[in-house]
Parts: sequence; C-alpha cells; structure tokens
Amino acid sequence: MTSQAIAIARQTLLDTPGLSEAHLGQVMDRLLSRQVDAADVFFQYARLESWVLEDGIIKEGSHSIEQGAGLRAISGDKTGFAYTDSLELSHLLDAASAARAIAQAGQHGTEAISKGAPPAALYTPVNPLESLSEKEKIELMRQADAAARAADPRVQQVIVSLVAAHDVILVMDNGGQVHGDVRPLVRMNVQVIVEQDGRREQGSSGGGARCALDFFLAEQRAQGYGDEAVRQALVNLDAEAAPAGMLPVVLGPGWPGVLLHEAVGHGLEGDFNRKGTSAFSGRIGEQVASKLCTVIDDGTLPDRRGSLTIDDEGTPSGNNVLIENGILKGYMQDKMNARLMGVAPTGNGRRESYAHLPMPRMTNTYMLAGQHAPEEIIGSVKNGLYAVNFGGGQVDITSGKFVFSANEAYLIEDGKVTRPVKGATLIGNGPEVMNRISMVGNDLALDTGVGTCGKEGQSVPVGVGQPTLKIDQLTVGGTAA
Amino acid sequence: MTDNEQIDHLKQVVADLLQEAKAQGAEAAEAGVSSQTGLSVTVRLGETETIEHTSDNGLGVTVYFGQRKGSANTTDLRPAAIRESVAAACRIARHTSADPAAGLADAGLMAEEVPDLDLFHPWDVDVDQAAEIARACEDAARGLDPRITNSEGATLYTQCSSFIYGNSHGFTGGYPTSRHSLSCAVIAQGGEEMQRDYWYDSARLAGELDDPAAIGREAAQRALARLNSQRLGTRECPVLFRADVAPSLMRSLFGALRGHAVYRKSTFLLDRIGTQVFPDWVTISEDPLLPRGQASAPFDNEGVATRYRELVSDGVLQGYLLDSYAARKLGMQSTASAGGVRNARISSSGQSFDALLREMDQGVVITELMGHGTNLVTGDYSRGAAGFWVEGGEIQYPIEEITVAGNLGDMYRQLVAVGADDAIPGSVKTGSWLFDRLTIGGD
Repeated sequence: MTSQAIAIARQTLLDTPGLSEAHLGQVMDRLLSRQVDAADVFFQYARLESWVLEDGIIKEGSHSIEQGAGLRAISGDKTGFAYTDSLELSHLLDAASAARAIAQAGQHGTEAISKGAPPAALYTPVNPLESLSEKEKIELMRQADAAARAADPRVQQVIVSLVAAHDVILVMDNGGQVHGDVRPLVRMNVQVIVEQDGRREQGSSGGGARCALDFFLAEQRAQGYGDEAVRQALVNLDAEAAPAGMLPVVLGPGWPGVLLHEAVGHGLEGDFNRKGTSAFSGRIGEQVASKLCTVIDDGTLPDRRGSLTIDDEGTPSGNNVLIENGILKGYMQDKMNARLMGVAPTGNGRRESYAHLPMPRMTNTYMLAGQHAPEEIIGSVKNGLYAVNFGGGQVDITSGKFVFSANEAYLIEDGKVTRPVKGATLIGNGPEVMNRISMVGNDLALDTGVGTCGKEGQSVPVGVGQPTLKIDQLTVGGTAA
Repeated sequence: MTDNEQIDHLKQVVADLLQEAKAQGAEAAEAGVSSQTGLSVTVRLGETETIEHTSDNGLGVTVYFGQRKGSANTTDLRPAAIRESVAAACRIARHTSADPAAGLADAGLMAEEVPDLDLFHPWDVDVDQAAEIARACEDAARGLDPRITNSEGATLYTQCSSFIYGNSHGFTGGYPTSRHSLSCAVIAQGGEEMQRDYWYDSARLAGELDDPAAIGREAAQRALARLNSQRLGTRECPVLFRADVAPSLMRSLFGALRGHAVYRKSTFLLDRIGTQVFPDWVTISEDPLLPRGQASAPFDNEGVATRYRELVSDGVLQGYLLDSYAARKLGMQSTASAGGVRNARISSSGQSFDALLREMDQGVVITELMGHGTNLVTGDYSRGAAGFWVEGGEIQYPIEEITVAGNLGDMYRQLVAVGADDAIPGSVKTGSWLFDRLTIGGD
C-alpha cells in the first residue's frame, strides 16, 4: 500500500512535471552548497472539491488545485525558506538559492536522516473527489438535509457542506532519500437554525476521515449529522443563562477532548519547549497532571482525520506518550527541534502546505480510559456543569491559560443532569486544571473527525478524544453571577 | 516583470479566463487573478532566525449557466490551468441547482472609474536591512528591563500584491498594493511566573511604520504589566474594553450585519434597520476610499463601486453588509460589501483612556480576549479575558484567568462611552469601550 502511495506521488510530482532524479540532485546540491545542517524539498499537488446545499438546493460548488514546492535550508536554529508554485527546474533552483542564503558559516552537526523501510500506510491512497459521482454526492447532501428537516417542524434553515481533498506529497531530505504520501480527507457538516416563539438557536454536527466519500453512506452518517444538529439546536431553545464562577465540571466523552489539545497539547510542542516559552518547559519527569491522566498523541490510528503515515518531513508518525499517570514524559517534535534538543523526531513535523514552514504539531490527541462509569462521575457532583459539546479553544502557551467554549451544557444538581444552559467559555491554567482531574471514565471516545488546529497562521486537520472526566473546579463564564 | 507589465499580464489572464468561459458555453462569468511576493525576516535573541521568501499566485473563476453556478481556483496561472479551471467550474455548474439569487452584481453598480487610492509603496529592503530593523525592535524590547528574559522574536514583513477582477459585464479593474508590518513578542519573568505579550504596526508605506524601538518597548511594557497577575472573584461590575481589544466588538457587529447571516435569519440584529441599536451619540462608518487606508478598495469583490457610508447613524441601524447574492435574497441592493467592511470607524464620546478609568471608578479593564464564545444568532457573549483591576479610577493590579459575559445586543444598546484613544494599528478605528455592568467569572 505504501509503495502504491509513493508510486502515485512520484508519478504526480516528478514524472508529470518532467523532473528526474538528476534534477532533484541538482536542486539539493544548490540547497546544500553552503554549510547547512539540513535541507529538504517538499512537493505538493492538492485537489479539493466542496459543495454547499442551502434552502434545499445545491447552491455552490468549487474545485481547487494547489501545487508547488517549498525549499528549506537549516543552519543551527536558523531557517531559510522559499517556495514556488511552479515545478519547473529553473524555478526550483531559484528558490533553492533564496532559501540557502540563511547559512553563512559553520556547521552544527548534520541532521539525522530517516532510514529504513517506509511505514505501512494508514489509509488507502484513493482520490476521494472521484470516489462518488456528482449525482451521488448531491444525493448524500440531500439525505442529510431531508433528515434535518424531517426531525422537527421548528427547523427553519439547513446548510449542508461536503468537502473532499486529495493531497499528494513528496519530501526529499538532505540525504537524497525521497518519501511520499497520498492523503485523502473528507468532511461533511450540517448546520441548522431552529425557531420557536421568536427565539432562534443553531446547532451543527459533522464528521470526516481519511478515506473515500462513501464513509458518509456507511452507518447512515449523513442522516445522523442532520438529526444530531437538530437535537443540539432544540436543546439550546430551552437553555437558561449559564452560571458564572468556579464549579465542578464534568466533560463528556469524545470532542470535549479539545480540553487536552488546549490545556496540554500545544504546551508540549517541541518548538516552544526548546525556546523555553512554554508553561511546561523543563518539566519532563515532573507531575503535571493528576495520576489518573495518561495523554497520548497518536498519528498512527488508521483512517483518522489527524493521522499521517509519514509527517511532512518524511518521519513516520508515532504513538507518543506525552503524560503517563500524571508524569510528563516527552514533547512532540519535528526534525529541527528534535536535533536542537538532542532527542529523536516524533513524527509531528507538519505544515499547512508547501508554502508554509513545518513545525511541531499535534495529530490525534487523547486521554486513555479510567475506571469509572460515566453515571458514577455525574452522580458524584452536587452542583456543577456537564458540558458535552464544544466550539473552538485557544491557549496562551507561556502563562498556561486556556479557554474552550461549550455550546451544549447542562446543570448537574444533586448528582443528576437537569436543565440545559447557554453556551459559555471555560477558562483555566493547563497544569492546574490537569491536576484537578479527580475522576476518569471508562468510556474513551474519539471525535467524529471534525477538528482543525491553528498555529502561527497555519491550519492542519487534527483529532481529539477522551473519556468522561471530572474537573473539581473550573471557571465557567456564564452570565448568572 | 515591472509592476505595469505584471498588471498587464494579470489583465490578460482575466481576459483569457472570461473568453474561455464563453467558449465553454457559460452565459456569464467572473474571474479574479492575483500575484504576491514578499519577504519575512525574524530575529530572535539578537540572531536572524528565519528568512522567508513568499510568492503566491492565485486564479479564481465563477461561471453561470442561467442561474446555476460553478467555481474553480488554482495557484497555477498558465494557459493549460486556465482551460482546466474553466472546465472544472463548468462541470460543477452542471450539477448545482438554479438559484434565482445567483449571478453577477448588477451591471449598473459597476465602478465606472477606479480612483488611485495611493495603496502601492514597495519597500526596497534587503534581507540584511530587514534583519537590522527587526533586531533594533527586539533589542529595544529586551533592553527595557532585566525581567524581559526571553523572546519569540521580532518579525519584519513586507509584501507587494497585484490583482485584477473582471466579469462578463465588461468590467475589468485592479491595481497593485503594498503592505509592511513589524511585530515583536517577548516574555517577562518574575519568579516562576512567565507572561508573554506583543505589539506591532502595519502600514501601506514603510515610512508610516512606527519607530522599531517604540514597537519593541511597547511589547516589553505590555508583558511586564502582566507580571504578578491575580485572579478576581466572580462579580457583575463595570468593564472597559481597551482600544486594542475593542475592534473585536466591532467585528462581531459586522458579523451580525452580514447579509448572509440576515437572509439565513441567523443574526441577533435581524429586522433591526431603522431601530436604535446603539446610544444616540454613536455613529459607525466605513470609508473604503480612504487614501493609503489598510482596507481601502475602490470596488468590492464583485466590481461594485464602493463609497463612504454610515452603518449606524445617531445610534440607528442604517443597513446591512450586502453582496449581490444577499441583496437579491432580501430584495435589497448591494452595498458593495463583497469582501467585508473597509476602514471602519466608530465615533467617540470624547474621553481619554484615563478619563474613562475615572468614570468607571471601580471595575475591570480588559486587554486580552481569548476563545470563540460569540454566538451571533443570539448575541450571547462569553470570552476568556485578562486585564487589570481598577479602583478609585486607577489601575491597581493585573488580573487573569477570568471570563467576561453578556449579550451583544444589550451591550451595544447600553454602551456608556467610547474613548478618544483610537491610535491603534489596523483597519478598524475605535477607542476603548466602557460598559456599566457585565458578568466577570473568576474565583
């Protein structure tokens, strides 16, 4: 399977534009012609197709092609970077000259070169754009629309989007080794507006994976998103003002794992820790979370949105333990930060596209299951909040402060989930909050494949997951003081 | 290529796209083409850390067959890519539905002339000079105080872009623009506590950028001011959004006024034209024709001529932000808003920042907002925040890990004051916003 992906990548990115091994050698020689520690050339050809259904009609469709190469030369902790949207040799050589200008003197130790057989592919190298006919794509969206409209007469507006992407990449490292990958990615989303007595609320649901579009036909997923979006919106029609202040908070399984992504994930990325700007810097071996917490970043889960057979530097992705029983075990690394910190790369070197520099990024970040039944966890709270769906989050790496915004939450009163409350932002300090996790459920779930992570202006697909868990005290940002 | 040759080249690509669309059977079409080059140099801890040469091309085409449409875009401007993109758009249009609101903007609204808004001032700065400027900026930050112990660096970024938009009404327009920015982020340390903050400036003309050392010092002062941050008890109290975070409240307003949110009935400002949405001393305007303005544009993304307008006059909502699609859905006319609001400004009630602190007497100043807790359907607002505690009209100490919550519709109506302290970078001009009572979540 992997050899199939590499064959497709070579065909698309080298043979079609007429680049030979000798040409690649010339480009790499140009990059390496001054004293540099590492260099790479990243080739990419990405196609994306998106469709929007609104007001019951197929309103828009769009097709896009992104193609180019990014060239990087590294000397110590200095990086030179240039890219071109042309795969012609002369343009690649010009970009190589621009990128190598960073290296002026001295060599700091050559970067490790990935050797050995390429890893087994974690997804099939299909082209999802061609995995269903246009008619079938439209029928799929209509199913989701029909499900949402049939779910409740209070549904006023339904917007369904369907996106399929086919991303072919090839990386050549300074040892001349070429790594390739073919990455399918599909995503579907349903957004609804409901209205009752003049009050309007929204709900949305969706999913995705690294596979063909028939993913959404399986298990009636498309209809399921429609039903779920309506359910969420109707819950919010009845929601009261959320409380404000410190409360025990129980987070549901799956997507609420965005907590881990913000509270610890970003803070454990190698670049921040090499520079000493993270609240977790220099804390390997220390207790940074309660003993109940084991947190993993795992890029090796088959077909998952956040998974990668190889990262954007050619390193196989890994199953990396970040925190084990509360003890900080390691950071997520790309090649440059790994070399500068004297550790091995972990397969987390990712970039949005050829026009962006790679850096350490998460893949699928989740917490392992614990001992408690979810009902037991909820039953242990006298007065608190039960939050099951979230929008996005954000973190200040340096101070450790993070937020994430609930868009479906309920009060817990006397150990029971009672009334729905309006969305509210939750805020805390990463290491403090992780130490306040007092119960971990036995119901680990991963999200449905919807996550996108932003860092320094670059977006990459990611996954999150967790079991139900209880945080003894967390600040809830409602209006009911 | 010279700048003129570049523009002529892009014009030819647009003409070719429109011609190809016609040849492939489209009854109407529109196309945009852009080309950008830039240089970004980052200096960290005194050393050049990253040199990035940017260079982006983009082409987008939308075709209409009756009222069915399809779009395509690519980074490749060569003739083969033009044919393929048009073919892809046409293929898509065979499967979309007839939509009565779809189509080009009305021919009568096209910009008849394209005034020169003085947006193009390339900066002939080489890598070494750029590094010197960034270094001067970071040095000023690091040298300000020994508690500035670490840095994320200072970055100088300069870019030049050209774009052309054309459609089958016969409209073609475009022009080159430049943008330059300098930013700096540093870390202040006190004991175990680390606090990061940043500052920046951006301008069309390099000479209009703030002094690099002043930007660096401001970044350092902001980080230092956060040291010894405390928490605060949960309460309702007056809240002042400092001028550098107040633009986010303006952007939420623009989000709620977007035509697409209005026809979807997914905005808390639905059906509010002609009603009081702010106090009567508030006027909010956009001025797309501002010379050298950071968001200036003589026509919108559909070729519609832009002009000065008031969105809110004396507190009364005057209109929405409509592109041609939303306008048709609502039975209204385009407000040249395809692509967003351009150079927005809110009137001030006249107070300085210090006068606003005195007027507030006791409460919270917000200097940072975090997260995405803004619901434009309901107006419900809940964000993470940091800032300062104020008593006796003076700043007492920094606070962090709080939330600020309310409802935007109520907040806009009950806005107490907008300061005259609007000297902030960016295309949204506002002073600080004072509210009488919002909920602060904390301990």
